[in-house]
Amino acid sequence: MTPPFITALRATLPPQSLLIEAEALRPYECDGLSAYRQVPLAVCLPETLEQAQAVLRICREHNVPVVARGAGTGLSGGALPLADGVVLSLARFNRILGIDADNRLARVQPGVRNLAISEAAAAYGLYYAPDPSSQIACSIGGNVAENSGGVHCLKYGLTVHNLLALKVLTMDGELLDIGLPALDSPGYDLLALMTGSEGLLGVVVEVTVKLLVKPERAQVVLAAFASVETAGAAVAAIIGAGILPAGLEMMDNLSIRAAEDFVHAGYPVDAAAILLCELDGANAEVSEQIMAVREVLFATGATEVRTAEDEAQRMKFWAGRKGAFPAVGRISPDYYCMDGTIPRQHLARVLKRIGELSEHYGLRVANVFHAGDGNLHPLILFDANQPGEMEKAEDFGTDILRLCVEVGGTVTGEHGIGVEKLDAACSQFTAAELAQFHAIKAAFDPAGLLNPGKAVPTLHRCAEMGRMHVQSGALPFPELPRF
Amino acid sequence: METELIARIKQAIADRTPLRIQGGGSKSFYGRTCLGEPLDVSGHAGDVRYEPSELVLTARAGTPLAEIETLLAANNQMLPFEPPHFSPPPPGEGPGEREQRLHMDNAASLSPALPRGGRGQATLGGMVATGLSGPRRPWGGSVRDAVLGVKLLNGRGEVLRLGGQVMKNVAGYDLSRLMVGALGTLGVLLEVSVKVLPRPAEERTLVFELDAATAATRQIEWGRRPLPLSATLYEAGRLYVRLSGSTQGVQAAHAAMGGEELRSHAGAWERDASALWAEAREQTLPFFLTDAPLWRVSLPAAAPALPREGLTEWGGALRWIVSDEPAEAIRRQVAVLGGHATLFRGHDSTGEVFHPLPAAMLALHQRVKRSLDPHDLFNPGRLYQGL
Repeated sequence: MTPPFITALRATLPPQSLLIEAEALRPYECDGLSAYRQVPLAVCLPETLEQAQAVLRICREHNVPVVARGAGTGLSGGALPLADGVVLSLARFNRILGIDADNRLARVQPGVRNLAISEAAAAYGLYYAPDPSSQIACSIGGNVAENSGGVHCLKYGLTVHNLLALKVLTMDGELLDIGLPALDSPGYDLLALMTGSEGLLGVVVEVTVKLLVKPERAQVVLAAFASVETAGAAVAAIIGAGILPAGLEMMDNLSIRAAEDFVHAGYPVDAAAILLCELDGANAEVSEQIMAVREVLFATGATEVRTAEDEAQRMKFWAGRKGAFPAVGRISPDYYCMDGTIPRQHLARVLKRIGELSEHYGLRVANVFHAGDGNLHPLILFDANQPGEMEKAEDFGTDILRLCVEVGGTVTGEHGIGVEKLDAACSQFTAAELAQFHAIKAAFDPAGLLNPGKAVPTLHRCAEMGRMHVQSGALPFPELPRF
Repeated sequence: METELIARIKQAIADRTPLRIQGGGSKSFYGRTCLGEPLDVSGHAGDVRYEPSELVLTARAGTPLAEIETLLAANNQMLPFEPPHFSPPPPGEGPGEREQRLHMDNAASLSPALPRGGRGQATLGGMVATGLSGPRRPWGGSVRDAVLGVKLLNGRGEVLRLGGQVMKNVAGYDLSRLMVGALGTLGVLLEVSVKVLPRPAEERTLVFELDAATAATRQIEWGRRPLPLSATLYEAGRLYVRLSGSTQGVQAAHAAMGGEELRSHAGAWERDASALWAEAREQTLPFFLTDAPLWRVSLPAAAPALPREGLTEWGGALRWIVSDEPAEAIRRQVAVLGGHATLFRGHDSTGEVFHPLPAAMLALHQRVKRSLDPHDLFNPGRLYQGL
């Protein structure tokens, strides 16, 4: 029997905007974290704002949960469907509505790809700064939901620093304007709150992004080190010298070798670690900074320092870094990508401990590190066909994230909690903090129908794991339901 | 002191007494009047944690802003958003004397100097609560952009750590940035972590004599070129532009843009460049010395000129207007252009100071407020009536 809400959706949406056949639903069963799969009851692909509003109103009326989805490239399972829910795909909201070059902003629909914005802005000498590694495929709506980063965050910030305004639908289908095309807006900073809220507070239907002027020149320096400690010290020294690189990336020996085999970037394969330091700005400024960076690198013990000779070599140096994940994929049947952030001063200690854990679990690990902003991506190598290896990899990952929290960092720098890191989040937040997050969720979505069960673990889950601080045996918010 | 503050809040919940949070009091003029028992948090100061190579500073919210800026300067770093203090001038230098020293060229236009700030020293917490950024804001980011985390006391008397001390952190909702500009209506800030930046190697201020329309066009043009701009100010036929960056980068930009350099106590202008930007930030320039209503208008940078525009900053994105016109009329003009208007000074603070919110947004604000402050304890009405 067809559920009544499906009948209502069918009466509202054109046939091409409603998928209910098993075969049509299959492609939506997972996002970029394919270890978790679930086929939803239906997928809606509205083409207009009115249709999107109608979908939300119908689901609200029938008490059906809704998971919003962009390009489905997320790495933490944020767009994983629910068995009793609807997936609301924004894929057909794919138009660039306008580029205002004088005000350096673009108004775009959420399904527009990240890179498509920069491509459209290039005609005006402008670009959109955040560049997550999936930028050819990921959509800007998903970037907003995840507060996506990239390799240029130290200088240019994350998604939250590059947005001006959003149009958002609430679960009731009400349209809210959040932010303005100006540099600030009245009232609470709901723009910051919406960014990175993983689809739990509202559905983004339009985004106004800031555009930046393309720098006159970008240049990259590659430095090799005999130990990760000296490479870490070099990072601190560059920043200590008052230089703010556009990108500052570190790779360890296993990543260097994997990347070199894959893209032949010309990396020194014997180095314990390499740093890639990109400088951008006016021509004269870049030349001056390159000299300063080279000096610092040699002074901190770099065994070799190379400046890209031309744009082709610069792209080659970057290709190795940007291809590090697939490169590691070639040397191991499976890998598990972690995403913790640490205060940089603890780098040596954290990498040493990761090495020890690697021996303990008997699993190799390749470290790729956004060194400028402290965001670590240890890639745990395993073989899912070997019984128990996947579980071991997950335990190893959880240990790494707990370590990140211990040194004052966080369990996720840019990939989000999603479903993947719900347990890890228990080690980062107290019961009062989690209860506060749930209260915020209720302020936006009292019925709890937008992407329920993601991003913020329930108090019950954390208490069961024995990781939550429970004060005097009493959980806060006794009135809230526990799942 | 944290324990005492928690006890005060528990007491306030029991007594149903609203609280008026007070730091240094330097920005007490900002926002609406609110009633409540004073909750003095200025004593919750110090415990500064700062590792220059991490580009992060953490301190208790009552720590004086001046102390933090001195510490950063000693390490050749800065708060990138150049926050105003609005503190009274240090003893021994009355505002009048300072005006005279800094504005010899403008001496004739000086009105009697007015105190520009409140009673005491600006604090880190007040900086976050008001969310006010200075001249560098369009290029260096805002207070909100730099906030990485806060320790907050909510309206249930619970201590929450929101955000953290690292630049990339997407765990949990971003409630730390929500505190910026909330004027203390969501909780008591106990501790703040901010991102800091290296000071530029070179700063240079250029002066251009231009009419308003040409100055606006010129700024739009420059905004689309890769120039190391870090501040602009236009008033009465003069456009001041600050460049910040490496020595050669600044030189090259100056050569490309033209204009005369404003030197320190030298040259034709007789005005100190760094003092100029401090005066703009602290609103001690003669333009601001008025008792009439002062409007802060935030607009898309290239938006057309408004009637009575007095002083423009942020490459055109921030415009100050002195006007007795009815608030509705000003707000209507500004809203059409995609901006909002705040009654900044010289007003009746029992009326609405900030741009009114649409009904659905106000209702959402109230629900957000209630989720953090369910007993309506903190600064009731400081931001909007009923919030």
